[in-house]
Amino acid sequence: MKFAVPVFPGSNCDHDMVNALRDILNMPADLVPATTTNLDQYDAVILPGGFSYGDYLRSGAIARFAPVMTAVKAFAAAGKPVMGICNGFQILTEAGLLPGALQANRSSKFICQTSPLVVKNTTSQFTTAYEPNQQIQLPIAHGEGNYYCDEATLAELRAHQQILFEYVDNPNGSVANIAGIMNRQGNVLGMMPHPERAVETILGSTDGLGIFQSLIANQQQEVSHA
Amino acid sequence: MLKSMELTPTDLRDTKAYRDWGLTDDEYHLITDQVLGRLPNYTEAGLFSGMWSEHCSYKNSKPVLKKFWTQGEQVLEGPGEGAGIIDIGDGQAVVFKAESHNHPSAVEPYEGAATGVGGIIRDIFSMGARPIALLDSLRFGEPEDAHTKYLISQVVAGIGGYGNCIGIPTVGGDTVFDASYQKNPLVNAMCVGILDQADIQKGQATGIGNSVIYVGAKTGRDGINGASFASSEFNDAKETQRSAVQVGDPFMEKLLMEACLEVIHDHREVLIGIQDMGAAGLVSSSAEMASKAGSGLSLNLDLVPQRETGMTPFELMLSESQERMLLCVKAGAEAEIYAVFEKYGLDAVTIGHVTEGHQYQLFHHDQLVADVPVDALATKAPVYQRDKKRPSRLNKQSHHQFMPRLVDATGTLKKMLQQPTIASKKAIYETYDSQVQTNTVIKPGSDAGVIRIRHTDKALAMTTDVNGRYLYLNPRVGGEIAVAEAARNIIASGGLPLGITDCLNYGNPEKPEQFYDLDESAMGIARACQLFNTPVISGNVSLNNESNGEAIYPTPMIGMVGLIKHQRDITTQDFKHAGDAVYVLGSTDADFNGSELQKMLTGKIAGELFDFDLVTENQNQRLLLRAIQKGLVASAHDVSEGGLITAIAESCFGQGFGVKLTSEIPSTNFFAETQSRFVISVTAEHRAAFESLMEPYATYLGQTTSDDRLFIQTADQAFDLKVSFAKRLWEGALPCLLK
Repeated sequence: MKFAVPVFPGSNCDHDMVNALRDILNMPADLVPATTTNLDQYDAVILPGGFSYGDYLRSGAIARFAPVMTAVKAFAAAGKPVMGICNGFQILTEAGLLPGALQANRSSKFICQTSPLVVKNTTSQFTTAYEPNQQIQLPIAHGEGNYYCDEATLAELRAHQQILFEYVDNPNGSVANIAGIMNRQGNVLGMMPHPERAVETILGSTDGLGIFQSLIANQQQEVSHA
Repeated sequence: MLKSMELTPTDLRDTKAYRDWGLTDDEYHLITDQVLGRLPNYTEAGLFSGMWSEHCSYKNSKPVLKKFWTQGEQVLEGPGEGAGIIDIGDGQAVVFKAESHNHPSAVEPYEGAATGVGGIIRDIFSMGARPIALLDSLRFGEPEDAHTKYLISQVVAGIGGYGNCIGIPTVGGDTVFDASYQKNPLVNAMCVGILDQADIQKGQATGIGNSVIYVGAKTGRDGINGASFASSEFNDAKETQRSAVQVGDPFMEKLLMEACLEVIHDHREVLIGIQDMGAAGLVSSSAEMASKAGSGLSLNLDLVPQRETGMTPFELMLSESQERMLLCVKAGAEAEIYAVFEKYGLDAVTIGHVTEGHQYQLFHHDQLVADVPVDALATKAPVYQRDKKRPSRLNKQSHHQFMPRLVDATGTLKKMLQQPTIASKKAIYETYDSQVQTNTVIKPGSDAGVIRIRHTDKALAMTTDVNGRYLYLNPRVGGEIAVAEAARNIIASGGLPLGITDCLNYGNPEKPEQFYDLDESAMGIARACQLFNTPVISGNVSLNNESNGEAIYPTPMIGMVGLIKHQRDITTQDFKHAGDAVYVLGSTDADFNGSELQKMLTGKIAGELFDFDLVTENQNQRLLLRAIQKGLVASAHDVSEGGLITAIAESCFGQGFGVKLTSEIPSTNFFAETQSRFVISVTAEHRAAFESLMEPYATYLGQTTSDDRLFIQTADQAFDLKVSFAKRLWEGALPCLLK
């Protein structure tokens, strides 16, 4: 299974993501430039955190027009797994691959801390490694992580179990404590917390491993069934 | 059109307009009579004013800086280049430097702080290193003041806005509040980078005919002659100086950093030199590169990328627009370099060449607008040996130590934990990304930040420290203590101190009493550095931190980096388990002059500073490091402001353990600020080995508990309160004060 990590000008968690995949999970992973138009050789795409295009205009608002996003949309439409972490989540909502939007934190300040989360749905391909309602600790680091969607969208998200992660003590004002959601088809995940920062004991937590391990196990299973 | 508004050489002489740029009459005459043998034109006088400013030339501080110890077998590059470099083994090296942005931050706090961070990052990657960590040492007035609240919120936002965006973790620093800094806040940023020794770069321009390439942001009219501005005292008209502050763009710098590191790694055979355009912008970077190489230089200013129209040579050369670098590249290889920058969407333009001889020549609209000896700009600024006079405040000092009698030990502790300087700085550091790059092992809030070096068993510990109050009472001993405390923080984290950088923040050196503080504290720093084997490898000087004649406390910020050879030695201040033995290493005396307790109870600090012995300090540090390296230590915390009781409380706060301790020390002395001490916890299995190693320097106090209770029976009273309650006071104080 091979991962692509698109690098937008201003991405800054791209190397962290690739290091986690290669060094900890022993998965092949490539950094691909934002000008890439074809992702056919990859099995999964992860949009990394950072400040793509300096967060100018609005976080993710310019990145959605990068050539690689056309390829990401096609990739997602083909049912292949796409993840967006932090700025990657913001890009996915701007690109319309996930519903809702990320606003400035309620405190209007950037927040970097370790946040307790509850895994709400453990049947998705991103979360099977966790126990139902398991509490995990993941780092957050964002200024605009306050998830917003309207009532109807929230009802939809709930009806189809698209809410994967909820904050225990909502640090940023997100609607319904939402920390991470997936699309209705179940192949596109967006989350503000940084699982790639929680893959080694020496850095304080390994609770993020489960997301990648779930994805890898479920994809490999799919391949072996095919 | 604009150019015709510039004064002619004779008008410049007659009106003495050069004084507005910080040049003195004597300096002007030195230029006319000895350097040029003629009157300088407007542009040339401007070049000299920038290059001969304190910020660029160190003309007032050079005799002081010479006293620093800069040797040491670990030093690969001492002061002089963009940043100093130290060997950390395995062909790797650590690069670090600190820089002050005090004046800009006082006038425009967000951009002042942001561009301070941006500038120090450029210094690090211009050496060929990838920046891996940032630290910030901040000094503000008392936070009750409305303007101070504004300064704090904007400075903190500026630091975060830049560091978070560019993706370099902010892992440490220190923040202190004192009325002394009310009108002159200090914003000192430190950056640490690592590199392979083969990639070490120099800022030089050699080889006649080689190209000088300008890369990065376009030049505008921001920060014109900022170096001269930063080298002058404030007066109440400072609001008019706002245009001397630069504006930062971290997104641009991120692209510039990646492009420059790509050139350094992948095009090293054609890259001759690279230098940041910092203070005094284009003139400083280009003149220094040529001077270091003994070359001449010729620049065509029409080719400089400009974001405004009609810019004069004076403006182009002295603009401090941010996110710009200057490269010297082998003739013929320009296209190869352009291609790298084009990939990142950045300007890269050849603006001149290395020339024969030693002249620095600027062309603008086909005219030669400046023609001066390059060394005259870069190295021939006058050096002043300033007069030194022991300040009257030191002559009037009481020889007695402040000796309070505390009737309510627990109540005093509660109050102490809420003093802004003692209180948790979480509200500040939580707004900084401390984990990006995924190497941060110890995040802000412990004694030192620790970054592991990927694919090795090594880690680096880093800290910034200085207590200006101690220096105010005794500049020389205070200077020694500043280095000692930094080393204490490195040791407590499990590291061996490697070297220091500094920001020397003082008042006006032309006043003999101010110069005394600078000179004496430099001697203290030098002595301590030699003893700890921590050479000074880089630094910066910020003088004239005065407002309306009132200077700040002498505040030489010490930034120190240490090497942790094995990651298993990484140690934090938090108590780790219930039932561990708690010790204090070092003896406690009734040392209160300059202490937080004196400030809290009397509103000021006064009297002769307590005794301090560097040899005892060094011995205790080495003892602790040995104990850590033998695997005997569960937690270690340096004892500093707020004394032993504050250190014990902070060790409880991390993971919520309690303590039950007994001591023969009176309660009051638990607030004493005797140096050379650590609070250490040790598991039961290692107690015997620990005690035999530490005998007779460590004192057993009792044990950690799983109870939510901090209890210490002292000689006269008891400290007794809930840990969770104490922690709430400590964490809640600053957010409440800053509202």
